[in-house]
Amino acid sequence: MARAATTSDAFNAVAEPRRRQILDVLVGGERPVNDLVDVLGLAQPQVSKHLRVLREAGVVEVRGDGRRRLYRLNGGALKPIHDWLQSYERLWSERFERLDLVLEDLKQTEGDVGDDK
Amino acid sequence: MTSSQTAIVTLPTDEQILITREFDAPKQLVYKAWTTPELVKRWWNAKRGEVTICEIDLRVGGLWRWVQMAHDEFEVAFHGEYREIVPNERIVSTEIYEGMPEEEAVTTVSFSEVEGCTILTLLVQHTSKAFRDAHVDSGMEAGLQDALDLLEEVAVSLR
Repeated sequence: MARAATTSDAFNAVAEPRRRQILDVLVGGERPVNDLVDVLGLAQPQVSKHLRVLREAGVVEVRGDGRRRLYRLNGGALKPIHDWLQSYERLWSERFERLDLVLEDLKQTEGDVGDDK
Repeated sequence: MTSSQTAIVTLPTDEQILITREFDAPKQLVYKAWTTPELVKRWWNAKRGEVTICEIDLRVGGLWRWVQMAHDEFEVAFHGEYREIVPNERIVSTEIYEGMPEEEAVTTVSFSEVEGCTILTLLVQHTSKAFRDAHVDSGMEAGLQDALDLLEEVAVSLR
């Protein structure tokens, strides 16, 4: 199933390592730009550029607080990514549920495998 | 007792998929279930169709090939070569999805035991983000197929 390759979707927003780093910082709560500049060790224009992409995708939100602009994470915008991964996760969960059954059988037939090393 | 944990899937980098799951069994048994063809056939199908071929030549340079008749309709086949084998600990192999043979991923499956339970990690290293995404997409398609199957069951029950 092909995903739309628009510049403003959440997939594109998190495709860039620096932007994921910004999100990692914002998981801890709302932060002003200066904090992000410090943590990432990038120049402010670069940080602002990444923040703009994240904002356009709705992944972060901004509000003014006096002269400062505070950025915060909007987890709901990441839901498409979560959903995308979930189907793949379900496939492996189903395999592993069956593997559990195989292991139960092996435990019966192999007995104390832990002791015969 | 059967553990009812779900697999946890994360994407550590743009080219990787990491799957983690805990099992209520010692690692020798999990390793055995992962490397014995008759046993793999019993779980790898995930209720989505019979595993028709499971070849495992478990030695460095040996080949493996697993084929599933998905939903009894079409073949899904994977093959590769073993690169590193540490019994009961780790298996590194290449993995080629035969529907997309231009890419070779590298898969590392590790087994570690904590108090009688085994933590299995499966790391798939793709050569590009595009191939990694296509791999995850394949799960999306499987999920969609599940939904269609369910819809069919419901429809039949209404007849």
